[in-house]
Amino acid sequence: MTSDAVLSMEDITKVYPNGIVANKGVNFSVRTGEIHGLVGENGAGKTTLMQILFGLNQADVGKIFFNGKEIKIDSPHAAIAQGIGMVHQHFMLVPSLTVSENLVLGLEPRRGFIFDKSRGIHITQELSKKYNLKVEPDMLVRDLPVGLKQKVEILKALYRGAKILILDEPTAVLTPQEMVELFNELRQLRDEGNTIIFISHKLAEVKALCNRVTVMRAGKSQGVFNVEDVTEEDISRIMVGRDVILRVEKDVAQPKESVLKVNRLTVVNSFNKRVVDDISFSLRRGEILGVAGVEGNGQRELVEAITGFGSYGLGSILIDGEDIKQLSIKEIRDLGCSHIPEDRMSYGCAPTLSVRMNLLSYKHNRREFNRRFFLMHMSTIRDVSTELVKEYQILCTSTEQEVRCMSGGNIQKVIVAREFSDNPKLIVANQPTRGIDVGATEFIRKRLVELRDRGAAVLLVSADLNEVMELSDSFLVMYGGKINAFIEDVSNFNEEKLGQYMLGLKSQDVDEIGRALHD
Amino acid sequence: MTKAQWRFEFYRTGVVIITAVLLSLLIIVLVSDMPGLAIKLFLTGPLDSLRHFGNLVEMVVPLLFTGLATTVMFTASQFNLGAEGAFFFGAIGAAFIAVNWNLPPVLHPAVAIVWGGIIGSVFCGIPGALKVKWGSSELVSSLMFNYIAFFLGLYLINYLLRDVTAGAMVSFPFANSSKLVKIIPKTRIHTGLFIAVFTVLVMGVFTYRTRWGYRIRVLGTNIEFARYSGINTTWTIVMSQVLGGFLAGMGGSIELLGMYRRFEWQTLPGYGWTGIIVAILAHNNPFYVPLAALFLAYMKIGSDIMSRSTDMPNEFVAIIQGMIIILISASSFLSKQRHKMIVREAIS
Amino acid sequence: MNAVFEIVLNPLFAFSVLRVSTPILFAALGALISDKAGVINIALEGIMLISALAGVIFSAISGSAFFGLFMALFFGGLVAFGLGYVSLKLKTDVILAGIAINLIASGGTVFVLFLLTGDKGISSSLASKLLPKIDIPILKSIPILGPILSGHNILTYFAFISVFLVWFLLYRTPLGLRIRAVGENEHAVDSVGISVVKTRFIALIISGVMAGFGGAYMTMGYISWFSRDMTAGRGFIALAAESMGGATPLGSMLSSLLFGFFDALSNSLQLLKIPYEFVSMLPYVATVVGLVIYTTQKTKRMHRMRIKAESKKEVL
Repeated sequence: MTSDAVLSMEDITKVYPNGIVANKGVNFSVRTGEIHGLVGENGAGKTTLMQILFGLNQADVGKIFFNGKEIKIDSPHAAIAQGIGMVHQHFMLVPSLTVSENLVLGLEPRRGFIFDKSRGIHITQELSKKYNLKVEPDMLVRDLPVGLKQKVEILKALYRGAKILILDEPTAVLTPQEMVELFNELRQLRDEGNTIIFISHKLAEVKALCNRVTVMRAGKSQGVFNVEDVTEEDISRIMVGRDVILRVEKDVAQPKESVLKVNRLTVVNSFNKRVVDDISFSLRRGEILGVAGVEGNGQRELVEAITGFGSYGLGSILIDGEDIKQLSIKEIRDLGCSHIPEDRMSYGCAPTLSVRMNLLSYKHNRREFNRRFFLMHMSTIRDVSTELVKEYQILCTSTEQEVRCMSGGNIQKVIVAREFSDNPKLIVANQPTRGIDVGATEFIRKRLVELRDRGAAVLLVSADLNEVMELSDSFLVMYGGKINAFIEDVSNFNEEKLGQYMLGLKSQDVDEIGRALHD
Repeated sequence: MTKAQWRFEFYRTGVVIITAVLLSLLIIVLVSDMPGLAIKLFLTGPLDSLRHFGNLVEMVVPLLFTGLATTVMFTASQFNLGAEGAFFFGAIGAAFIAVNWNLPPVLHPAVAIVWGGIIGSVFCGIPGALKVKWGSSELVSSLMFNYIAFFLGLYLINYLLRDVTAGAMVSFPFANSSKLVKIIPKTRIHTGLFIAVFTVLVMGVFTYRTRWGYRIRVLGTNIEFARYSGINTTWTIVMSQVLGGFLAGMGGSIELLGMYRRFEWQTLPGYGWTGIIVAILAHNNPFYVPLAALFLAYMKIGSDIMSRSTDMPNEFVAIIQGMIIILISASSFLSKQRHKMIVREAIS
Repeated sequence: MNAVFEIVLNPLFAFSVLRVSTPILFAALGALISDKAGVINIALEGIMLISALAGVIFSAISGSAFFGLFMALFFGGLVAFGLGYVSLKLKTDVILAGIAINLIASGGTVFVLFLLTGDKGISSSLASKLLPKIDIPILKSIPILGPILSGHNILTYFAFISVFLVWFLLYRTPLGLRIRAVGENEHAVDSVGISVVKTRFIALIISGVMAGFGGAYMTMGYISWFSRDMTAGRGFIALAAESMGGATPLGSMLSSLLFGFFDALSNSLQLLKIPYEFVSMLPYVATVVGLVIYTTQKTKRMHRMRIKAESKKEVL
């Protein structure tokens, strides 16, 4: 601990009810007027540590000191009273309330018993001017783009007198332009004497913005460094404990006939917005087609339409020449379509059921798992599960363990084992490695390439640009529900231009995009 | 759940049951002028004579059915509280067959029971259907259907099946061929007990060993995952409630044909509500339903016997049952011990 | 059929609609407040029952109807507090906790009644008091309107005033803002340092007090005694009315009136030699039908919007 620390956390240990050790003897401290990076892979314990600091979680062991005095933070309320504010990864806003109502929530201006709406609006405008964060007080939060929602969040913290501001992966949802804006705003806040804790796993951002950085790995702190003194490579080595080799070896693709054909597809969501807007492309056997883009530009709805999860209005989707519009999820699966869902806990598994039952999933109707009199073949299910667990190196106490007690990477492996072990013709992989450890990521990526080489068609949707560039043979860029660009040869393409496509600053002409539809 | 978790749940349930019994004793001591006798009757009454033991078993039978009915609906995460109405209306259905039809023994009750089950499944199935079709909460509509079942059932009995020559508001007597045979002399224990035990086994196997049971369990844990697994969730949601209704309706029919000579209920018998407690106590596991049903029946019979000979009203059992629901389903009850256990294991 | 019209068009019928709607309206407003805070309060049924008995007992003991009312409200709030405690603190599933409370209320009221009076069925041996009826000056003498609107129990007027009060609470006060925020995104509320548990507690207690009004009205206005399980599902109906009313104060009022209409109709139709069982069923059937119509309209509306949006481009 440094003597000039305004805030320090010592020997923090946190064990979740499911037995996962999120923090183990972590020390962490920040100084006044710095931007302090907190880096680590997903699952390294950064968010948990900050939730403890903000009172959303309580440490099982450990102390927190503020200006040298020990303090107890048992609720966000206590944290706020100490001048600690947090902007969460998932925004903590109420969609149906206005910006100003969200801002003053908890500290509402009153006139007698009555909530003083106009003062609330006034306060919002003042704050917005003071910190140079522009928002519309009267807009409903649900109508705001993410960048603005984030500003509301920052303002919320500042309105509550935050001097120490925690930002949990604030750039994950932003466009590069919004990011530049955010960085400038953060620097200004720092120069005014605030302390900012910046959680990220993107080292370039940390390098660009932070003064010091704390690196975490597997629930433990790996040390504090001055950002000037270390390179990105240094940090990444400390972060993962070895040099990252995420280069997946693969040969040039040998695409064959089309498996998936999407023709002038349009999807309208329940808010009446055309989230997928007239897009066409095709995907061939033996290739990986990436779908890049900032999240929320129609990727999810596209995946839902293809996998039968959501309906679509106009256009058609053909798998192996069969129109799937009227088909159920099961019938689409029976065509040989595998699906790795974006959100593994909500869609990919039944948390309180065993590994065995989770590996079964859509295969439970198969003859091999069923006997006479409607009984299931329990011993076959057990044997097949045990084999899959071995083959996919899934870490679990037994195949009867509930999946909710396992780490994210292992749960993802359960899903992947289920989906890949079936000789799929078409694999729709939506964020297949999001938030999991490097080992599992590497494993899954290699498998995807293997499956491609065995003749599967892979649609890879990912917000991780590196992943798309690394794995895809060609890829699409989605923006505002449309295909903004089709990049046929990944190996020779410049990233700057890609950024502009992703932000909708530029788009290819119709003919170029049209090449995404083969034959 | 892993074995350790089941062990913990067992221990927790045991603590709840002991707490419930102690609480009952406390209430008795506080309220009664003759606590000694009251406690003795409450605790040992159900076992002090063959007749009382018979009463106990007689009550277990309907509770097995309503308990299983609620278990299957809760396993699917369907908060359908319509077992009460389905039980009642199933019995009405069976009454019509028992009075009006002429069939050989064995076949006669069998037909009546199946018919009662079908009627019950309609009553529990409609709230399920309304939910999947229009998204109206099965909780609210099943509560309404309990009342509809009650009034409609009474209407049918009083206007179509009422024996005006009998003094009370009762139906014509059932055909002898329709009745379930008594199996133990001096009690009213009837062959319905065998059907109930068999049904418990069938439901246990159904839940854990068949693909339908699998679908229901997946649906109950995570509906999105069920959809993702290609399970027809609409169908499964409705079917779980149809099945629940069938079991409750069967239970009503069996209760009627085993225990009565005419249809004579003028209020809802309440087995459906107790069935909910059975399901909660059994942690929605069909194999544990008999234990839960036995415990609850024991308390009820014990308190009935007690109230007949002492100044203690038997309604206090409802208070205890409420406490049991709360403690069993309170996830934080004893969770500190559990967490400590986990922390210890994880750190070491 | 003419006879039915005759009944419905009689001002006395409209009067009785308001009369029978009152307890449901109170409970529906209670359901609304807890629903807005994100808690399904199915214990309304039991709370009403307990409050109804408390009103009888305490008005009989004190000789004051208003003290009885006060204690009914107190018990309403207290039981709701208990529900809050087990669901928010002990983390019992709130629906199961509600079932538990209903069970405790159903048995417990009879238990207490028996201890006090030696009777398990009815409280007629207790000299309980009635809350006053109010004749509204001027309005009273207007034909048709007068007989409909004047001369109701004080709580009936208060029930309709409560519609406005609840609206005001939810949409015009800081507490209302917090209640709505908690129901929509509890994490948002948590993150600004408002206690989610406390806000839900407050909402539940207000909800319980509203149900307490309903219960007090049952024994100190609607009728003048307590009888076993006398609420007869009104708490559940209130839940249905609230969701049928689209979770708004005005909507809850309208659907409570609709239920009241059928309830009053069932009371009147019994005079016409229509089987009472059939007639008693009407309100429940009406509630289910109303609920289905409401949800059908909602899905249809969304479906129409969707089709329109998808075809827009084709038109252009």
